[in-house]
Amino acid sequence: MKLHGKAVLVTGASRGIGREIALELAREGADIAVNYSGSEQRAIETAEEIKRMGRQAIVVKADVSDASDVEKMVKDTIQAFGKLDILVNNAGITRDNLLMRMKESDWDDVMNINLKGVFLCTKAVTRQMMKQRSGRIINISSIVGVMGNAGQANYVAAKAGVIGLTKTAAKELASRGITVNAIAPGFITTDMTDKLPDEVKEGMLKTIPLARLGEPSDIAKTVLFLASEDSRYITGQTLHVDGGMVM
Amino acid sequence: MADVLERVTKIIVDRLGVEESQVNLEASFKDDLGADSLDVVELVMELEDEFSMEISDDDAEKIGTVGDAVNYINGKM
Ligand SMILES: NC(=O)c1ccc[n+]([C@@H]2O[C@H](COP(=O)([O-])OP(=O)(O)OC[C@H]3O[C@@H](n4cnc5c(N)ncnc54)[C@H](OP(=O)(O)O)[C@@H]3O)[C@@H](O)[C@H]2O)c1
Repeated sequence: MKLHGKAVLVTGASRGIGREIALELAREGADIAVNYSGSEQRAIETAEEIKRMGRQAIVVKADVSDASDVEKMVKDTIQAFGKLDILVNNAGITRDNLLMRMKESDWDDVMNINLKGVFLCTKAVTRQMMKQRSGRIINISSIVGVMGNAGQANYVAAKAGVIGLTKTAAKELASRGITVNAIAPGFITTDMTDKLPDEVKEGMLKTIPLARLGEPSDIAKTVLFLASEDSRYITGQTLHVDGGMVM
Repeated sequence: MADVLERVTKIIVDRLGVEESQVNLEASFKDDLGADSLDVVELVMELEDEFSMEISDDDAEKIGTVGDAVNYINGKM
């Protein structure tokens, strides 16, 4: 097991990619704090599945865009596990529309959850990780943050912001044994992409050299790599896990 | 007062690896004791633990010398 006894916080672990990340890291021996904001039942199910593997799990409700929620979430996690080794910033939303039709509130919501949320969670865990002189922070960006995407100005700006934040945090924290990396997933089948029209999905498929949509486990396996000792000499990087969409 | 200075000095010596004789009230963490910004953040964190108090980010930014730290702590106790 690659993460035996490690304490992990995964944001947005009630559903989709976050849930799969939580399960994958638990299979490798980690104890997991399962964060959610609305889907309480789904979060409890994730935690139950982790406990069935013989690992510890707690469920923590917090809106990642709310500083006091985030501070409490991190405190509860450290209290439960006595430490915090790995943070996975996964929580995210979409509010797609053409620039001309995009409401200011759609911009703000996506920025607050997808970018400010990563800042707040990162800030909240640094104290503990600096004390421990070790830590792993893994941010889930998106391939569209690298290449742009019509109809997602807010989301793309936030996800590109996450890549810049990743590099800066990596530079600030490297001397304390903390690595910070990002993953830019391509098109992954979850609730987030299920709601797209079929013709959009088919159009996407044509742009993927490996000719299939990604699965949450494709991302979870990459998170495991970045969380484990195997990646100890990697920091500030963004790994594209997209079937070759961007090269 | 002496007690606070003693405890603060011990933390500085441990954390920054300087000689006790270098630590006086006028000494600046960055200019005289070789600390970088992150070292100062960590020192403040340790002072918070040592003296069981919370030092806000705004207040922490004003702490530049050993004397600043000692005065701040004395003012809060
Ligand atoms: N699916 C893709 O193709 C794809 C591609 C690139 C990047 N990504 C990124 O991967 C991450 C996960 O996406 P997904 O596809 O798994 O999405 P999803 O199925 O819609 O799940 C989103 C997760 O985020 C949580 N969340 C939403 N707002 C939150 C908030 N304010 N505070 C805390 N948690 C919140 C949700 O929890 P609740 O339900 O409890 O609110 C849920 O667990 C996101 O950052 C997304 O941008 C996805």
